[in-house]
Amino acid sequence: MAYLIRGETGDWEMVIGLEVHAQITANSKLFSGSATDFGSEANTQVSFVDAAMPGMLPVLNQYCVEQAVRTGLGLNAAVNKYSVFERKNYFYPDLPQGYQISQFLHPIVGKGVVEIDLPDGTTKEIGITRLHMEQDAGKSVHDMHPKKSFVDLNRSGSALMEIVSEPDIRSPEEATAYITKLRMILRYLGTCDGNMDEGSMRCDVNLSMRKPGAPFGTRCEIKNVNSIKAVQMAIDYEAQRQIEVLENGGVIKQETRLWDPAKGETRSMRSKEEAHDYRYFPDPDLLPLTLTDELIARIKATLPELPDEKKHRFMGDYGLSLYDAGVLIAERERADFFESAAKGRDAKLCANWVLNELLGRLNKDGKTLSDSPVSAENLGGLIDRIADNTISGRIAKDVFAEMMDSGTTADSIIDAKGLKQVTDTGAIEAVIDSVMAENPQMVADYRGGKDKLFGFFVGQVMKKSGGKANPAAVNDLLKSKLDG
Amino acid sequence: MSMDVKTVAKVASLARIRVESDELDKYSRELSGILKWIEMLDNVNTDSVEPLANVANIELKQREDVVSDGNYQQAVLKNAPESLQGYFAVPKVIE
Repeated sequence: MAYLIRGETGDWEMVIGLEVHAQITANSKLFSGSATDFGSEANTQVSFVDAAMPGMLPVLNQYCVEQAVRTGLGLNAAVNKYSVFERKNYFYPDLPQGYQISQFLHPIVGKGVVEIDLPDGTTKEIGITRLHMEQDAGKSVHDMHPKKSFVDLNRSGSALMEIVSEPDIRSPEEATAYITKLRMILRYLGTCDGNMDEGSMRCDVNLSMRKPGAPFGTRCEIKNVNSIKAVQMAIDYEAQRQIEVLENGGVIKQETRLWDPAKGETRSMRSKEEAHDYRYFPDPDLLPLTLTDELIARIKATLPELPDEKKHRFMGDYGLSLYDAGVLIAERERADFFESAAKGRDAKLCANWVLNELLGRLNKDGKTLSDSPVSAENLGGLIDRIADNTISGRIAKDVFAEMMDSGTTADSIIDAKGLKQVTDTGAIEAVIDSVMAENPQMVADYRGGKDKLFGFFVGQVMKKSGGKANPAAVNDLLKSKLDG
Repeated sequence: MSMDVKTVAKVASLARIRVESDELDKYSRELSGILKWIEMLDNVNTDSVEPLANVANIELKQREDVVSDGNYQQAVLKNAPESLQGYFAVPKVIE
């Protein structure tokens, strides 16, 4: 279903392409040996190369190259065996070199494709135009001094991948689905931590409007869109702005606009206009980068199972629904946890426990799976006790809560608290007899045709047995005694 | 190829070099002369020649991903005209 916006002159369609900057996960910077940790004291992770002291020369980080290749392969993209670093020239206080080393005419990765999952259960392919490596700039801080901007070069020279999509995106939902999937793939590959709060993943939106079927209109580039929510809001705002301009007989000027999250609007960045003359030229300090077939093959051999493959395998091998499989594979760690808990067990039951009980409780406690008190093995142990009828599903929830508090095994809690389910028919019959003796009127009513009272008797028997009576046995015995 | 006064002014501004307006004409003539001299290279037919990245037969040097540098804030800030609290302090730049 096409997503259209109704204007005064008819329907409008949005055409969106996204540029995602993803910081490459690496110990050191793209061209220097200084560290890349987030949140360190200002200007401590800066070498003379990053500070652009005269005479310093860049030396390429081999691991960053491998990470870029790995990402390219994960995006089903063509890896270019020949790529070139170029200088992109502009002046800004947080760019000490006066140019950014980037790739322009010859990026390391060419065309690829990402399959996105839409809320209605369908999928769509979004083309990748290219991926190139470049240096990050430093960071300006504007609110620490009334008259000064402060510059921290810790981020200066960190390795980025700029991943450019084709203009295949047609709605805010598709943009969200694309970023979500891209982030998931990068995290599976281990090439970027995808942390948008810390700026490891940042997004620029290119958007234009057109009447359905018409050629592309003029686009604007929106910068500073740094969360998934901001992407949606910026798209909605900018689409309305452009429709208004176009419907009032105006023309869209191709320009760079800044998303202001506080005001919820985009505005023109005049200063960027002139700066657009970047005068790219090959960096004379760096030779062209050539990759061997052996290197590419070696990286390809180490690619993990990617989200889409995993999702289809979970649906096929474990019989999970698309939704459950989708939630389980959203994080690689979560998928691994599920698989080790489900090994040799009822996979659907395991999926339910992981999705509904474990993740629900962790979320409530503000914890993540990595600090879960209940290990995959222990969750599996609990599920074993449900499967062999040692405890009912209801008691299992109590045991689970206890496991979350204490971090111990299901068996030790069941033993210590005497929670083992009563399946001994004699004991259950005794409880049923006493319940019936205490409620003669109810028994008479039930026998007189009030079938619905059956639930009342089940409840009373379970209560009297401390929840330990086997529910199936209670049902059978109760039925025969009441009907008999 | 010649370089007019307007282009000289633009290039100077992109490079953040101050050129007074009465100097523009001189630079326009000088730069045009240099470009014209370089244009001699156009006489050589390079149709079947691959671009040359270097004359020595060497490959791009690469390094291992190891932290081996940095952690000298004082030295990095030493030449800064002004620094405060470990940051470079520059005139306020805000969009």
